[in-house]
Amino acid sequence: MSAVAEAAEQRWAIIVAAIIAVLIAMMVVTGLHWAAMPPSRVETVDVKTLHLKGEFVESNLGTALESDGKVVVRVLAQQYSFQPQCLVVPEGMPVTFRGTSSDAIHGFSIGKSNANTMMIPGFVATFTTTFRTAGEHLMPCHEYCGIGHEAMWARVQVVPQQEFLARIGQEKRLSCVRR
Amino acid sequence: MFVARRLVLAHFWVAFVAFLGAIFLGEWQMFMRSPLSAWINNPEHYYRSVTAHGTVMAYVLPTLVAMGFGYAISELALKRPLIGLRWAWTGFWLVIVGTAMAAITVALGKASVLYTFYPPMIASPFYYLGVVLVVVGSWIWVALMSINLRAWRKENPGATVPLAMYGNLAGAYLWAWTSVGAAVEVLVLILPASLGLTDTINAGLARVFFSWTLHAIVYFWLMPAYIAFYSIVPRAIGGRLYSDTMGRVAFALFLVFSMPIGIHHLFADPQVGAGFKFVHAAMTAMVSVPTLLTVFTIVASVEIAGRLRGGKGMLGWIKALPWDNPMMLAVTFAFIMLGFGGAGGIINMSYQLNETVHNTQWVTGHFHLIFAGAIVIMYFMIAYDLWPQLMRCGSMPAGLMRTQLWLWFVGMMVLTMPWHWVGILGMPRRMAYYDYSHPELQAQAWTVTASTLGGLLLVISAVLFVYILARARRTHEAPVPYTFSEPIHMPARTPVALNTFAVWVTMMIALTLVNYGWPIVQLASLEQASVPVIPIGGR
Repeated sequence: MSAVAEAAEQRWAIIVAAIIAVLIAMMVVTGLHWAAMPPSRVETVDVKTLHLKGEFVESNLGTALESDGKVVVRVLAQQYSFQPQCLVVPEGMPVTFRGTSSDAIHGFSIGKSNANTMMIPGFVATFTTTFRTAGEHLMPCHEYCGIGHEAMWARVQVVPQQEFLARIGQEKRLSCVRR
Repeated sequence: MFVARRLVLAHFWVAFVAFLGAIFLGEWQMFMRSPLSAWINNPEHYYRSVTAHGTVMAYVLPTLVAMGFGYAISELALKRPLIGLRWAWTGFWLVIVGTAMAAITVALGKASVLYTFYPPMIASPFYYLGVVLVVVGSWIWVALMSINLRAWRKENPGATVPLAMYGNLAGAYLWAWTSVGAAVEVLVLILPASLGLTDTINAGLARVFFSWTLHAIVYFWLMPAYIAFYSIVPRAIGGRLYSDTMGRVAFALFLVFSMPIGIHHLFADPQVGAGFKFVHAAMTAMVSVPTLLTVFTIVASVEIAGRLRGGKGMLGWIKALPWDNPMMLAVTFAFIMLGFGGAGGIINMSYQLNETVHNTQWVTGHFHLIFAGAIVIMYFMIAYDLWPQLMRCGSMPAGLMRTQLWLWFVGMMVLTMPWHWVGILGMPRRMAYYDYSHPELQAQAWTVTASTLGGLLLVISAVLFVYILARARRTHEAPVPYTFSEPIHMPARTPVALNTFAVWVTMMIALTLVNYGWPIVQLASLEQASVPVIPIGGR
């Protein structure tokens, strides 16, 4: 009787070990092979001078084509809006987001995509993603940041690569905020 | 029971009355943000309600249930009067005063920071002090459980600690250590700011401390339910526990693996590096082991019940189970919800998949399914099972109980499945209203209505639950002596490691220090990370 029980328990233990091994293997393979990693480096920024100097001054926000050809979106979160309120990104090109908060904890996700980050005051959140199809997405603040939180939504326009490159040639910092 | 009867009753009544109040708030929130209602006039009221709902459901309800159930186990399993009754009442009153203090502060609108605090937003100090009193009250319980077990050991040298008490102590030690994270956050970082002694706070560091508590607290909530799985369910459905040893292994593993995994809540945060995120993700995979062991052992124990009742063949034993027994129904519902919720949890902890669902309605769905579903349904059963002992009221009304359980199960599925679905579509959580006139959100509006209806079923179920408890009347007959499940064969000798806690508590502390030490030191030494506080409701 107890031998039967022990054998059954052993079989189950092997199954459990296999499940855990597969889960961890999946994380390692996707992490290394697809370079799919969560936002990863600890980089600080001085909240008190955000508006005065450095990369998060208002004139520098929006989408930039850096000299090395990288597309970088700089975005600032504050109670209760994102700056800029409407972002333009190219279809099918890697886009690096750099963002921070000037007051409370914020965060955003973009439509049905996997772009998703927290924005903690004092830290620069950064991640790189690629948008596969053109279209417009909603970009809500997804972390409680105070009583205006529910109305803190921005938009992201994914435009064809040619159109993006043409538009960014004319402006140094691109956004789709209606003036 | 000997001396703890009124004590346990007091804990349970306060827990369930607070629960009833908080569930009405939850349903009000669901209604206010659904298309059934106009936009809320003042969103602050919504977040005030979320703060109260979360604080009661996450801190007050499970703490009081664990404490009350723990005192009951101590007397019923050790078969001796509780030592330290007066201290136990002191702990109880600390929890009551703390709850009242926090509740009044929240109700006045001076603490709408949600139960997860979110510094640099800073609420009135009375809110945090209230939460601290609740936790300090529960620390008295931890000490009393330890003292009672020690006294029993002295009287029974070398004897095997009853499984229920072993799980009870595992839960107590787990809570003592897991509450340290939030305690440090509140006492060292938040309260000085709330009292006006400092004007800045390191929000990233505060989040790391909170994550230390935030995940392991779930296993503190879960312990009473698992103790019930092992030591009540097999007896209540006429079966035997398949393996006593497996229960001990599961409880010990929860101690070891609950704490060093909390950073999986911070995958999307910028203040923790990728290395520690990965280590915590891998460790989170390990914490599914005790649950997988439990699923096996409890299903095997239920099968024994089926076969003892004459069930034959591969699946015939399922038909032979006592389906009219509320406990049978409850454990089935709990396992279904644990299955879905657990699968969702594995997605959350999977490092990359988390990006798809982080801070969406998916997460709300996930923890309601696991906690409010699988765990709270077992809290109901613990109360039902102990009530004849506590109230001396004879047997409980099985028909009403079955109705209550069905309502809870169906309500929870209808509440959480739409949440999971729209979460994948990217719907954010913690919103006082949605602009349903936007075409993208309009398509998701029906899910919020569905969840509101699910919530309504839950409210009805909760009212019925409290009604069933309240209608119990004292009879003259003495209660049937209380028993815990018998294992099918008790090992002649339990290994020392599975009869004590020293090894597991050491591993718990060591692994936490390894997995949290560097991120804490690193963040604490960053200068720019301290940011101005944002007073909420006037600090």
